[in-house]
Formats: sequence, structure tokens, C-alpha cells
Amino acid sequence: MAKPVLYSYWRSSCSWRVRIALNLKEIPYDIKAVSLIKGGGEQHCNEYREVNPMEQVPSLVIDGHTLIESLSIMNYLEETRPQRPLMPQDCYKRAKVREICEIISSAIQPLQNLIVLIYVGEEKKKEWAQHWIMRGFRAIEKLLSSCAGKYCVGDEITLADCCLVPQVFNARRFHVDLRPFPIILRIDRELENLPAFRAAHPSAQPDCPPEVAK
Amino acid sequence: MAALAGETRAILYGFWLSSCSWRVRATLAYKQIPFEEKSIDIVKQRTQMTDEYRKLNPSQKVPALIIDDTTLVESMAILQYLEETRRTPSLLPNTPLLRARMREICETIVSGIQPLQNIGLKPHFSIEEQYSVFTKYWTRRGLQTLEDLLQKTSGSYCVGDQLSMADLCLVPQLYNAVTRHQLKLEEYTTVSKLYETLLKEKCLSDTHPEKIRLKKVTE
Repeated sequence: MAKPVLYSYWRSSCSWRVRIALNLKEIPYDIKAVSLIKGGGEQHCNEYREVNPMEQVPSLVIDGHTLIESLSIMNYLEETRPQRPLMPQDCYKRAKVREICEIISSAIQPLQNLIVLIYVGEEKKKEWAQHWIMRGFRAIEKLLSSCAGKYCVGDEITLADCCLVPQVFNARRFHVDLRPFPIILRIDRELENLPAFRAAHPSAQPDCPPEVAK
Repeated sequence: MAALAGETRAILYGFWLSSCSWRVRATLAYKQIPFEEKSIDIVKQRTQMTDEYRKLNPSQKVPALIIDDTTLVESMAILQYLEETRRTPSLLPNTPLLRARMREICETIVSGIQPLQNIGLKPHFSIEEQYSVFTKYWTRRGLQTLEDLLQKTSGSYCVGDQLSMADLCLVPQLYNAVTRHQLKLEEYTTVSKLYETLLKEKCLSDTHPEKIRLKKVTE
């Protein structure tokens, strides 16, 4: 069977989540870089449209299908490749993982997404992004105070951790003061040096600009 | 819905205008899970901003569901918890690929449209007109993506011929598009056809905002 192919942008937090999950589950894959910036966004070009008519990144070509939406992709991986599970067995803990994933993927990321920030405008975008990140992180910090162990939910790495690390990176990009979020910071520090996370980091991606990779 | 003797009713904190609340309400109704609803006025009274509500839901949003002696937040987390703990009738398609297609539709709605037309965005625009332009723009973009997805996946429902979480996410979002944002759905032929038929689906019609709005608040 052909190796899965992940269409990814080095700095896209949604692409990053999927890279982490693939690495953690030890699923070999190829990366094809799609710039969201060059020429108005390579995701709109004919070549990419043939792979993914939805023109979205990330997309994962796996098992003969093209999948989109990072949370959907990660859940598909969980269901079809159950080795190294990224979801707890207990229903309540699974709900906690999903709560954290959903806060990040629907309450934070879409509001500080590249295209939304372009729309909001240069003058307002930093304040706008900071507001939504801080709001979401306040909620996550509170959730973590009751469900975190070594990682977001208990002591095993889950999909919540896959979502958290890229969001913390984005928070730093927008100069969010992270001192009010000690649990988030602790977990991020715990995870950032693990091989699966390091390999998924933007600076390790084939399309990372050389000046940044240094 | 009345509880059987000895069974505790779940408590849904929601609001009649909230699409996220409607997703959960429809799921509870479909799975025939007894519940009562407490209204959190997120528009006029902004009850979600009180300290009391923040203790229940640190995100200060609706919905929140108290069930099985636990409090759950985030509608998609709630829907999946209900599915895992009360499996029949099911709201999941029966193959991993179809479930992925369902989740693509759900995520397009819950992260691609809903957050960018949320009532909570209004205070961030100095002129209401700007809020209106913003929310319409992102809703239209999302509707086109949905149209493209649904053309491939839908039968009599969003995914084939079985009701799923995708339908329970779709209808509330379209209700917002049509009422709050005054968008016309005709140009999205698959979307508008599904909307018309799904509004008649019992779990959605029984929990329709106009019915909830008129209901007495229970304490």
C-alpha cells in the first residue's frame, strides 16, 4: 500500500497537529509542501486542486482517499491505526480531550487564522489574535487544572497535546503573555523535546525558510 | 422529556438562539435522553459572563451539559460523549471513511463557520454593519465549502441515507444563515434541499429555536 502523503504548510498549526499525530503513531508518510502565501496561496493552484478540490491544507492522502480537517484526519488515524492510541479508553476522559481540542480548533485557531487576520487588517490583527488566544487559554488552563496529569489529560499523550503545542507556538508568535497559564506552559515544555514533536516542528519541515530553520 | 422513576434528568444550559445549544438539544431528543433546559441569555443579560456560570463552564459559553454526575462543555465533545455512552440510536456512520466525511462536514461548520459568525464577536466591531459584513462573508465561504462537500457525500442526509451528527450541526448553522444573516440558500442547491427536508426531522423540529423560545424556563 502506498505511503500516506500529507500536504502541509510548515507553519500551519492545523498541519502541525496532524504531523505530530502521524509521528506519535509511527505512521510513515511523505510530506508535500503547499505554501499558503506564495502567489496568493498554492492551495488554489490547479495542481493542488486535483489532489484536493477543497483547496485546504492540511490534507492527507491515505488508503486511496483524500481527507481534510485536522481533527477529522486525526480521528480517522485513531480508528484505523489503533497502535499507540492517542485517545483514553474512559468516556469521560475522552470528553475532556475533545473539549480541549475543540476549544483550540474552534474557539481559538479560526479567529487567528491567516486569512481571517488578513481580513481584520494589519492595524488590528495583533490585538485581535491576542484576545482570542488569551480567552481560549484561560478556559483551557481551567480545564487542565482538573484533568491534567503529566500531559493534558492524565499521564498519556492524547490528541489534546497534539493540538496544544502548535497553539502555544502561535501564542508566542503573537506575543501573548503566557505567564497566567502555568499548566499550559509546563505541558508544552514537557512535550516539545519529545522526538515526535521535534520532528513535527515547523523549523524541521522541508518548506521552512532557511533563515528561520537556523 | 420526563425521566423514568429513579433516573436523574440531565441539565442542559443553553439558549434558544444558540446553534451550538441546538446541536446538543437535538441529540438529546434523538437519543431520548431525559433532560431539562436552563436558559442562559447570552444576548441581553449576558448571563454567561457571571462568576456563577464561569464555575460551570470556564469558556463562558453555551452549551454546558450536566449528565452522569459530570459537567461537559463544547458541543462536539458533548455529542460524542452522548454517542459513546448511549449508542442507540446511533448518530455515527458505520465505516471509518464515512465517519471521517461526517467529521469533515461537522468541522467545516463548528470551526469554519460558527466561530466567525458568533454573537460574541459583535462587541469587537465598532459599527454593527462591520460585524454584519464580516459574519456574512465567512458564512458564505463556509456554505460554499459545505456545498462542495455535500455534493459528494449526501443522500437523503448529509452522509448517505442515515441521520448523523453532521445533520444536527448543519441545520442550526443554516438557521443562523437564513435568519440572523439573512442569506439566501438557493445558490447552494444541495445545502438548501437538505435544509428543507431536515427541518422536518423530528429531533430537529421538536427542538427548533422557535419552540424553545416560547417554552417556560424551568428552575
